[in-house]
Amino acid sequence: MPKEVAIIGVGYAGFRALTPEVSYKELMYEAAVKAYEDAGVDPRRDIESFVTVAEDFTEGTSIFDEYVPDQLGAVLKPVHTISGEGLHGFIAAYLQVLTGAMDIVAVEAHSKASNILTPDEIMAFAMDPVYNRPLRANPHFIAGLEMNRYLCETGTTREQCALVVAKNKHNALYNPLAAYGASIAVEDVLESEMVSYPLSRLDMSPRADGAIVMVLAARERAEELSDIPIWIRGVGWCNDSFSLENRDWTNAIYAARAAEMAYRMAGIRTPWQELDFAEIDDTFSYKELQHMEALRLCRPGEAGLLVEDGATEIGGEFPVNPSGGSLGMGHLLDASGLARLLEVVLQLRGEAGQHQLSDVETGLAFGWRGLPTTSGAAVILSN
Amino acid sequence: MGLRKVAVVGAGMTKFVRRAQETGKELAYEAAKMALDSCELTLDDVDGVALGTAPDAFDGVHMKGEYLSDGAGAWRKPFMRSYVGGGTGVFAPIQGWYHVASGLFDVCLVVCEEKMSSCQPHPQGAFLTIFDHTTERPLGPNLLWIFALEMNRYMQTYGLQKKDIALVSVKNKRNAADHPCALLGDPNITVEDVLKSEVLAWPVQRLDVSPVTDGAVALVLAAENVAKRITDKPVWIKGVGWSLDTAYWTNRDLYYPKYVEYAARMAYEMAGIREPRKEIHIVEPYDPFDYKELHHLEGLLLADKGEAPRLTAEGVTARTGNMPVCPSGGLLGVGNPIAAAGLMKVAEIFWQLRGEAGKRQVPGKPITGLAQAWGDLMQVGTVIILGIGG
Amino acid sequence: MTAKIKEFPGVGLRESDFTERKVLFTEWKPDARYAWDAGVAIGRYLAELKEGRIIGVRCHHCRRTVVPPRIFCEWCFRPMDEWVYLEDHGVVNTFSICYVQWDMERLEEPLIPAVIEIAGASKGVGILHLLGEVDPREVKIGMKVKAVWKPAAERIGAITDIRYFKPIN
Repeated sequence: MPKEVAIIGVGYAGFRALTPEVSYKELMYEAAVKAYEDAGVDPRRDIESFVTVAEDFTEGTSIFDEYVPDQLGAVLKPVHTISGEGLHGFIAAYLQVLTGAMDIVAVEAHSKASNILTPDEIMAFAMDPVYNRPLRANPHFIAGLEMNRYLCETGTTREQCALVVAKNKHNALYNPLAAYGASIAVEDVLESEMVSYPLSRLDMSPRADGAIVMVLAARERAEELSDIPIWIRGVGWCNDSFSLENRDWTNAIYAARAAEMAYRMAGIRTPWQELDFAEIDDTFSYKELQHMEALRLCRPGEAGLLVEDGATEIGGEFPVNPSGGSLGMGHLLDASGLARLLEVVLQLRGEAGQHQLSDVETGLAFGWRGLPTTSGAAVILSN
Repeated sequence: MGLRKVAVVGAGMTKFVRRAQETGKELAYEAAKMALDSCELTLDDVDGVALGTAPDAFDGVHMKGEYLSDGAGAWRKPFMRSYVGGGTGVFAPIQGWYHVASGLFDVCLVVCEEKMSSCQPHPQGAFLTIFDHTTERPLGPNLLWIFALEMNRYMQTYGLQKKDIALVSVKNKRNAADHPCALLGDPNITVEDVLKSEVLAWPVQRLDVSPVTDGAVALVLAAENVAKRITDKPVWIKGVGWSLDTAYWTNRDLYYPKYVEYAARMAYEMAGIREPRKEIHIVEPYDPFDYKELHHLEGLLLADKGEAPRLTAEGVTARTGNMPVCPSGGLLGVGNPIAAAGLMKVAEIFWQLRGEAGKRQVPGKPITGLAQAWGDLMQVGTVIILGIGG
Repeated sequence: MTAKIKEFPGVGLRESDFTERKVLFTEWKPDARYAWDAGVAIGRYLAELKEGRIIGVRCHHCRRTVVPPRIFCEWCFRPMDEWVYLEDHGVVNTFSICYVQWDMERLEEPLIPAVIEIAGASKGVGILHLLGEVDPREVKIGMKVKAVWKPAAERIGAITDIRYFKPIN
């Protein structure tokens, strides 16, 4: 894709385990104010459309769309919700600019995960009501099934998964936004409480609160408003089978298809060589590895070996989740993919601080909607 | 308008029923299959799917877009669900429009589904949590309150009587008698029937309200070059608009839907329409309650403020009038499976403009029609303008 | 096309199909519980209600005083400038007389929800509350009403610290 649309502003707030001092509206407002300042736009005057990302049961409000315009400066403007991953919302904003009908569009996603008292019950409420829910099992069993099959088919080990946790939590120590940085060893992960074999407590990313806003602009406006526009080179998104009965338990097909679409747009044939780094979903440790393979960042079954070799560390050949990922920053529910994309933007701008990568030009963000879905989205950016 | 042209090339819908035997997924499948069959396409021809569906609490599934995805034909395809409360049914084709107009897709399937009956003991339960969790919910509000508050304000502002408004319910339920999918069509209903019906939340009475319904509707959208290969009667999306007002609904005057006006102006501008009352031949405004049709006609600038009841009384909005309004029978007559009901209105414009509406066909060969939906806390307007030729 | 189609898909069931178990179905009651952070603006609003006061906020830019409070002005998109104590009386902007519960069961005594424009706030700015100590037939738009507070010891910092609003002369 030629340089048609760019990200010209980003803003963020929260990224903590708890944010009791602010309401969700106040959290979103803080992120929005920063993004608009960063982009040099006045939302009341300049922004033509807004997209927010939300699901009713994660908010505890039916038709949450009602409660978004005020704190985004979007009153009496085109606003709509995408009930999807943060990156789906981002793509919805991007498509609107591509139509030519809009020049500047903003996207917002947030998490007030700390306000949900029964998160696993709500996750269970997403399962098929007739076939699966009557089993009354904690939905993390789905991750256990998938992880077991993935390890078995690819020869990946639990130790390699634990290395992902150690790497990402270590990276997070150098990211001031990250809530869960830590120096931990492989044994800590292996010995942590078993949740659904082979998935242990530390294989799972802990939840966090936070809000992210981004401003997108068409080429002319982007060049006029921004010294460092970050260009959108490709996007892709895909759903695989929702049904547990006939989904692929080894391969993340949604990720492979989403990435193929994005690579095609970006004209990328060998992602491992043409991309400089990636920020990809690591809701669970094995997901980072499974997603790396699906995204063709390595050959099937090799992701675990790359982690062992240190290739995906910050100083490695192909850094993966230099931000610390969800394992290190905290899982922001449907805002997680936008958090991955935020890191890509900061890296490409050279604004990542202590964990800045050197000489990066092109990066990939990939988000997955979490259990029990097979829904993902990919975005490729370059500076 | 300098944008990539997008056409509606196919449509399908299920019957609108009180309680469907089908699951939500199956309803979505039935409508999607019928829409594809109607233009002789298969899923292989579809590049992506845009889904619209309203509160998850109806179907009783969290992230219900994901649950519905394979039923809606999205298996291994790009799939996104948009959501603007009651406005969703007209927003979903707008979402489909930007998918195709972006240049990324040639053919996009748009599916809207609602299975309200899953929510027991009454689907209104899904609306209990639409109010602010801290400043309003503790007062125990239910959905009828906000409609009654708005209707009362509208009536008071213009000195309207209940009988002025009941005419809308009568017109739409009579129109629906000609719709093969309608739940509440009634060729013999009278104003007295509406005025004598049970008072729920004054001024709202039982027959002022559309029924709880299950159903699904689907459209097929295609880019210009593809559309012309698929059909010799493409119906073009001429303009789209949407607007969301403040969530602080108790801080604004409910007598007039400014958000509908803003959405309409956006759509008129895109469609190059300067005199909507002359250029729009057929209208499907959102009518979950009878006064809403009037309110929305005014917001759409198709009637002067406070004048929509008079147009109704004079028969201007009848199916054979100068500006047919809800010739389908609307939500009051066909039924109100929220998102599907909105998309039913767009499908009705599609069928009417192609001259395929059967007994419901309006006279005079209309060439431009408008569908509109409303949603959230009396807050969002979504507008789409379709036209043939040009 | 509807003109050509003879049979549309979709099978309607009767209520009796369920009560007589002619169709099979599953049931589920979700356990969805939340504890929402009130934050700065609503946190203060609730704290003031506990003290028997209604507080709003003012934007000097658009010269509006609004309630419930928020930390930003949604029109100007800038921070609100000051807290403003409002009166605990106002005018009925619109009302309804509601005879049913959400599940459509009839109520013995109707509820009277209303939007009440609070004195001290800008014109047209109100809050949702209930009316009490009034014959439903006597309620009018434009009627003046005053908050009836719970006793101080019973107030917890909630909108229900005001029992309802009642007419004043």
